[in-house]
Amino acid sequence: MTDLTPDQTYLAELEKAVELIWEIARRAGLDPYPTNFELVPATIMYEFGSYGLPGRFSHWSRGKAYYRMKTEYDYGLSKIYELVVNTNPSYAFLMEQNDLLQNKVVVAHVLGHTDFFKHNTYFKHTGANMIDKVSVNADRIRQYEYDHGTAQVERFLDAVLAIEEHIDPNVHIKRAAERDAGEKDKRKGPRESAYDDLWNLADRDARRAAEEQRERERARKRRRFPAEPEKDLLLFMAQHAPNLEEWQRDILLIVREEMLYFVPQMQTKILNEGWASLWHSRIMREMDLTDGEFTAFAQMHAGVLAPNRMRINPYHLGYKLLEDIERRWDNPTEEERVKLGRQPGMGRQKILEVRETESDVSALRNYLTKDLIEDLDLYLYRKEGDEWVIVEKNWEKVRDGIVASMTNFNYPYITIVDADFNGNTELCLRHQFEGQELDIPYAQRTLEYIHHIWSRPVHLETMMEGTRVRFSYDGQKHGHAKIGDDER
Amino acid sequence: MPISTSTVSQHDWSLHRKGAVDQERHKQKIREAIKKNLADIVSEESIILSDGKKIIKVPIRSLEEYRFRYDPGRQQHSGEGDGDSKIGDVIAAEPRQGRGKRGQAGEEPGVDYYEADVTLDELAAMIFEDLGLPFLEEKKMAEMESEAVRFTDVRKVGPLANLDKRRTIMENIKRNAAKGDAHFGDIKKQDLRFKVWEPTIKYQSNAVVIACMDVSGSMGEFEKYIARSFYFWMVRFLRTKYNNVKIVFISHHTEAKEVTEEEFFTHGESGGTQVSSAYELALRIIAERYNPDDWNIYPFHFSDGDNLPWDNERCVGLVQKLMEVCNIFGYGEIREGHYRSPSTLMSAFNKIQDKKFIAVTISDKSEVYPALRRFFATRDPVPAQP
Repeated sequence: MTDLTPDQTYLAELEKAVELIWEIARRAGLDPYPTNFELVPATIMYEFGSYGLPGRFSHWSRGKAYYRMKTEYDYGLSKIYELVVNTNPSYAFLMEQNDLLQNKVVVAHVLGHTDFFKHNTYFKHTGANMIDKVSVNADRIRQYEYDHGTAQVERFLDAVLAIEEHIDPNVHIKRAAERDAGEKDKRKGPRESAYDDLWNLADRDARRAAEEQRERERARKRRRFPAEPEKDLLLFMAQHAPNLEEWQRDILLIVREEMLYFVPQMQTKILNEGWASLWHSRIMREMDLTDGEFTAFAQMHAGVLAPNRMRINPYHLGYKLLEDIERRWDNPTEEERVKLGRQPGMGRQKILEVRETESDVSALRNYLTKDLIEDLDLYLYRKEGDEWVIVEKNWEKVRDGIVASMTNFNYPYITIVDADFNGNTELCLRHQFEGQELDIPYAQRTLEYIHHIWSRPVHLETMMEGTRVRFSYDGQKHGHAKIGDDER
Repeated sequence: MPISTSTVSQHDWSLHRKGAVDQERHKQKIREAIKKNLADIVSEESIILSDGKKIIKVPIRSLEEYRFRYDPGRQQHSGEGDGDSKIGDVIAAEPRQGRGKRGQAGEEPGVDYYEADVTLDELAAMIFEDLGLPFLEEKKMAEMESEAVRFTDVRKVGPLANLDKRRTIMENIKRNAAKGDAHFGDIKKQDLRFKVWEPTIKYQSNAVVIACMDVSGSMGEFEKYIARSFYFWMVRFLRTKYNNVKIVFISHHTEAKEVTEEEFFTHGESGGTQVSSAYELALRIIAERYNPDDWNIYPFHFSDGDNLPWDNERCVGLVQKLMEVCNIFGYGEIREGHYRSPSTLMSAFNKIQDKKFIAVTISDKSEVYPALRRFFATRDPVPAQP
């Protein structure tokens, strides 16, 4: 041991700690993926943080995020402790600059995440070798830059990334439905030719009637493409945009594929961070820490879980929520015992079940109680004049407000309702209005991006001050018009 | 089940710089955005009023990552209090008119603006990239210096920033090769090579710019602001592009006087307007100090055009006299709002048919930049605006 450099000693000690932490985690009932820990310098950490995954394709917006993260770190404003890649085995990146104790906490935290990845149902469909996939994707995009020019590719990526959230994570359910629908269509097919007989038999009137009938049919069909409003803008455009080149379709699909990887993480942010925080704190308490180490750990823990006036800290809310569930199932009230037949001491089993079956939205709906909301002092606020003011404390409204703000990851729900608008291959999108108005200047700029992909005029229907409005962009100028009652 | 299937490792990441590369691309985009928005930036108050501050912040819009989002001002957000929050509690306040401190902006939901840091000189260089003093002539006495830097030599010592990497690598390989193993590595001090530059000074003909500004009572806030913005950039442009250009400042109402640069930009006056007084003073200064045989002379005048009516003809005469000795004469008239018709002074000037006479009307902040480009276009300027 005497020959080891300080770095090697550090590594050796961390290795020992990892083994110990793994054992404690297993004893507590966790079952994480095998996890490879890699120590990296701060710049690399912030790079992975801003790209979401190591090796992902280049884009200036990532450079912007990287610069912001790095600056905040340099000024001591914020810190990333870890980044975990959900693969089997999992990869976790730790910061070289952190001291041994900090990295022990992080290792414990990471095992919480990799346990969650392995068991939570929302991660069932995540690709197992995402790191390889993103570097293959990055290579392809680099090749496109070489073939078609960096500026061209960047311009297209700008457009695609502007709508990257608009994909359909429920695609696994839909795929099956589509297959069924496809078969139905095929069965319908031959019947069309039944009209052919008419041509031979009919006189002029009948012919005209048939013509009109066919026209109506065509119009109806036109309106029905896509048959149902399509949420997956990226997939739909990759398949149906009129003038795309192969490389452009590929970029649409690459961005979509990578976004699908992030969707489960977005769906379970609170639970996943809460789960990892709950376990890092329990595991650390079972380690043999000196008083000094324990104080350092407590400080770090408090920093990570610090509540925030302006936004909900997922670590804190998730931690408190899981702790509360465990407590309520360990010590059910008289009423719960009698009415629900809840046996005491079932806390651990209950939270393991929650980590397996719930997403943030469902968990908050099911378990965010009046007591907990009051205990955490949660509220809703909004802008009034120049000030941000608390406007709601009623627990049910607060809960519903929080849940609503997480629906569709707080992005407006946009669907394609007509890909042959005006009978002219124009694209019509609809914002499913649920009470919140769009940021119009932003929406108009986004329409320009969509136009770049679709290359035909694009439209967006939404609500403004109680009126249905359609915004349009034809490649030259923007327009907007009220939608009349006669229009559907 | 195995006890532990986890490993810990550490690799060399020093060659990995994707983040830095993309950050560079982001910076480059900011420059492009600045160039596109020069017309707005030129008349940006925070720049014109920033006295001597070297680095300025330019708000950039076009680098926002647009997407479909809710109107952040109308949305309800959620937060966590410290235990006794009540309805009506104010948890944050918007900084007045977007001039908040850096770092604060991130506190508010949905607010994402970007401020680019640029130095005034960089900005001036972008604005005046392809501009210069028009009709610059060879004069007898050359005094005005313009400096250029050229790398002329390679030496073994020098500042590290000027390290010639290619030559250094070559030297290193050569030295290793001399020892029998031609490879790159184990760099020694004797391998280092530096590029060394020499300033080359080109002497050009002398030039003097005579900046006249109307400071009479009729010049309102807007008019003064526009005139100052124009001269602010003009001075900066002349100082960066030509080392020894002289600038004479004249402010006038019914009478004109020569003032210092500081007085010119800060002092307000009032009273009536007699434009001819400024032209007379300019002619006198030229006669006393700047012999047209030795000097390129550029008089500019900014006014709202509200001149004493009987003075206009006199002004036309004086401008014609000035043009006999000057390279160009630039007149900028500031009329707020497009609905106003040109002034009587402008109407009088319209009679002048001379390529040396350049007149512009500015009715909006964003027109300062085009005005600069018109006055300092090095190609033949177009005839005066009707």
